[in-house]
Amino acid sequence: MSKLNSKTPKGDIEKRWDKHLFELSLIAPQNRAKYNIIVIGTGLAGASLCATLGESGYNVHSFCFNDSPRRAHSIAAQGGINASKNYQNDGDSTQRLFYDTMKGGDFRARESNVYRLAQLSGNIIDQAVSQGVPFAREYSGYLANRSFGGAQVSRTFYARGQTGQQLLLGAYSAMSKEVASGKVKHHSRSEMLEVILVDGKARGIVVRDLITGEITAHTADCVVMCTGGYSNAFYLSTNAKGCNTSATWRAHKKGAFYANPSFTQIHPTCIPPTGENQSKLTLMSESLRNDGRIWAPKKIEDCSKDPRDIAEEDRDYFLERMYPAFANLVPRDVASRAVKSICDEGRGIGTEIHGEKLGVYLDFSSIIERIGEDKVRAKYGNLFDMYERISGENPYQLPMKIYPAPHYTMGGLWVDYNLMTTIEGLFAAGEANYSEHGANRLGASALMQGLADGYFIAPRTVANYLAKSKLEPVDTNHPDVVKAMDDVKERINKLMNAPEPKNSPDYYHKKVGRILWGACGMSRERESLKAAIEEIKALQIDFWQHVKVTGSDQDMNQTLERAGRVADFIELGHLMCRDALEREESCGCHARLEHLESDGEAKRDDENFAYVAAWEYAQDGAILNKEQLDFEFVKPSVRDYT
Amino acid sequence: MNFTLHIWRQKNAQTKGDFHTYQVDDIDSDTSFLEMLDQLNEQLIGKGEDCVVFDYDCREGICGACSLVINGHPHGEKKATTTCQLYMREYANQTELWVEPFRAASFPIIKDVLTNRDAFDRIIQAGGYISTNTGSAPDANSQLVNKADADAAFDSATCIGCGACVAVCPNASASLFVSAKIAHLDRLPQGKVESDTRAQNMVRQMELEGFGSCSNHRHCESVCPQEISIDDITRMNRLL
Repeated sequence: MSKLNSKTPKGDIEKRWDKHLFELSLIAPQNRAKYNIIVIGTGLAGASLCATLGESGYNVHSFCFNDSPRRAHSIAAQGGINASKNYQNDGDSTQRLFYDTMKGGDFRARESNVYRLAQLSGNIIDQAVSQGVPFAREYSGYLANRSFGGAQVSRTFYARGQTGQQLLLGAYSAMSKEVASGKVKHHSRSEMLEVILVDGKARGIVVRDLITGEITAHTADCVVMCTGGYSNAFYLSTNAKGCNTSATWRAHKKGAFYANPSFTQIHPTCIPPTGENQSKLTLMSESLRNDGRIWAPKKIEDCSKDPRDIAEEDRDYFLERMYPAFANLVPRDVASRAVKSICDEGRGIGTEIHGEKLGVYLDFSSIIERIGEDKVRAKYGNLFDMYERISGENPYQLPMKIYPAPHYTMGGLWVDYNLMTTIEGLFAAGEANYSEHGANRLGASALMQGLADGYFIAPRTVANYLAKSKLEPVDTNHPDVVKAMDDVKERINKLMNAPEPKNSPDYYHKKVGRILWGACGMSRERESLKAAIEEIKALQIDFWQHVKVTGSDQDMNQTLERAGRVADFIELGHLMCRDALEREESCGCHARLEHLESDGEAKRDDENFAYVAAWEYAQDGAILNKEQLDFEFVKPSVRDYT
Repeated sequence: MNFTLHIWRQKNAQTKGDFHTYQVDDIDSDTSFLEMLDQLNEQLIGKGEDCVVFDYDCREGICGACSLVINGHPHGEKKATTTCQLYMREYANQTELWVEPFRAASFPIIKDVLTNRDAFDRIIQAGGYISTNTGSAPDANSQLVNKADADAAFDSATCIGCGACVAVCPNASASLFVSAKIAHLDRLPQGKVESDTRAQNMVRQMELEGFGSCSNHRHCESVCPQEISIDDITRMNRLL
């Protein structure tokens, strides 16, 4: 018997969310000030949730590790946000966005949640516009749209290449309004290091003040985690350097199930690494694939040539060749695997690292020829400038070099339809939960999901939980609070005082990253996953024996912060590999070499693997729980983008 | 590439700081400035010393966390670029680098080259928003916005809140930061409704935080990584 109850409503899918909204309990406006809610993380999900809860009258206590909520990594999202407004009259609808998202995720998401997301997509745009988000507009004054990978309609709203920034600043300003009103008490430079459970319910968190090192406990009626994804487990990713899994991993170890941890998105268009000391990778927005053409030399001997000297007939526009219908706009996982296969054939270009050239061209010469450099600049100027700053090459003259990189994690804390984890009173929103993207997220859907959770879903479901629960106040002397504080202090003590300090936290981070990239990256295979699991186990022992943290824990200490996060990445990395090993099929991002069609397409196994793998923490190895996915409204089909 | 680094080290806001000199060698030209500091910190860990603390996060020039004054220039000399987007190939002819925090009384030093920029959050809280609540918005296309206005609003809204404008200003004025938000919202019909009170409240907060006033030095727009124009300051002043 599964321990998982998704609490999904029954009946017509179109009416499920409305019906559920009616059934959720309310708290009257005059009573809301009696409740305290902790929100961790202030990206799109967190900031929008803080704003909405504050406006409603609840007392919100928010925390982020950055120096300001405005720094959260949502800010770096470039391309856009989807909404099924059908402003372009090209046949879009809630049903179509729902179907595209289900199909894009290779039928590994929950229908009810995905339909709700599609339904709410339009409200998000309305909300953002009312906040002053300066979306792109037509000369008529109406909102502009563009198309994005995995879709045949133009439903993506955008603000040049900085859509995430503008949406986050919108949510941040709305949150700031509530900080001013006193309803939101915000704590910057504060890292959550433990969840406090009292009688099995999430009632608070333990936080380290990153400036003074002080450890404090904060109690409340419930806790919402909006702490983002874990792509940084790979060390090199497009995530901000601070992004980490620590909050979700602490929750996991306290009883929150981790769902589909091996579902990680490798984004096809990133700037390739150039050397050993690189600290992060930079994404080039997927929107570039609308006008850029991806190619590699047909002949290996051409790979070191100046691309401009390679004749048209010697270029292989491989996405156009392999997928004529979607061409350069195939979903991310499909594009990434195609790029990898070209480079595996030895047809990669760019800097050689460890004997491999990992890169292909993204070429704008034909669009520049067609519409002129100025129009291309107006569309993509900031992205081109960014590329030039990083690579030192001018993309108006030379094609961009790109290679896939970890970018987003579909996996995360398992949540029910109310976004509640398997710990009562602990919710997860945005990228932190596993949610609606199944085994692969479509472009411009992350912003949509973060904001749907934060503005429209969590505020209602959190209120319902509070209305239905009888919660006694918990004070900070409660034995469970004291115990959680002691655990945090003991862990910090261990990090500061390894028996034989030798290697920096980054040393271990790079090691675990390389293991994961090799075994749990764009392609996975039984034996290498098994080997990776053993390597990570050994690395974990090595880490706690030899990690070297200098400085003091009573002071600002970024080395200590990193050490704690790396320790959690190592444990999560182990679970990622186990999850990938257990899933004996290919679906979306998860390409198991044993389960591919002869042409390299993913071979899904709906009979045996149409489930969400929800891992329960146990000291001697995580236990797999399965949430069976029912498809009542979409028929899982072979994802064919040719 | 080899570099001699003179880095400002300061234990906390209460103690005095000074420059410490370090040597970093064999730096690849494709290494970013912050990656070069990462390599210095790896060396310091090797020697058992406390690392240099500095702010960073996205490392792609958009979060606004990174700062640093490099050889006298906030975010280094390169135009329209944040510190995290500087690459060592820019420093082929400068092997001696002086690295300092953004200096302004309203940005107190927390440690080393890392400062407290909470004052910017408080200025936004004073009025840098449109007073709309979730759920009350009409259809997005019900209010048209002239494309030129929308584009200009974006140009101001692109501010990343890094504080380089304050660091470079002889008056440590936050006028460019404050005016960028005021101008962004003033250019949109949704935001115009509250423009006057917003401008008054944000400027009052700026003064309370101890930032100076603008006296038209224009250094701010020349160091702004997002190239925000001082036209915004003019617009702000008209609203006061």
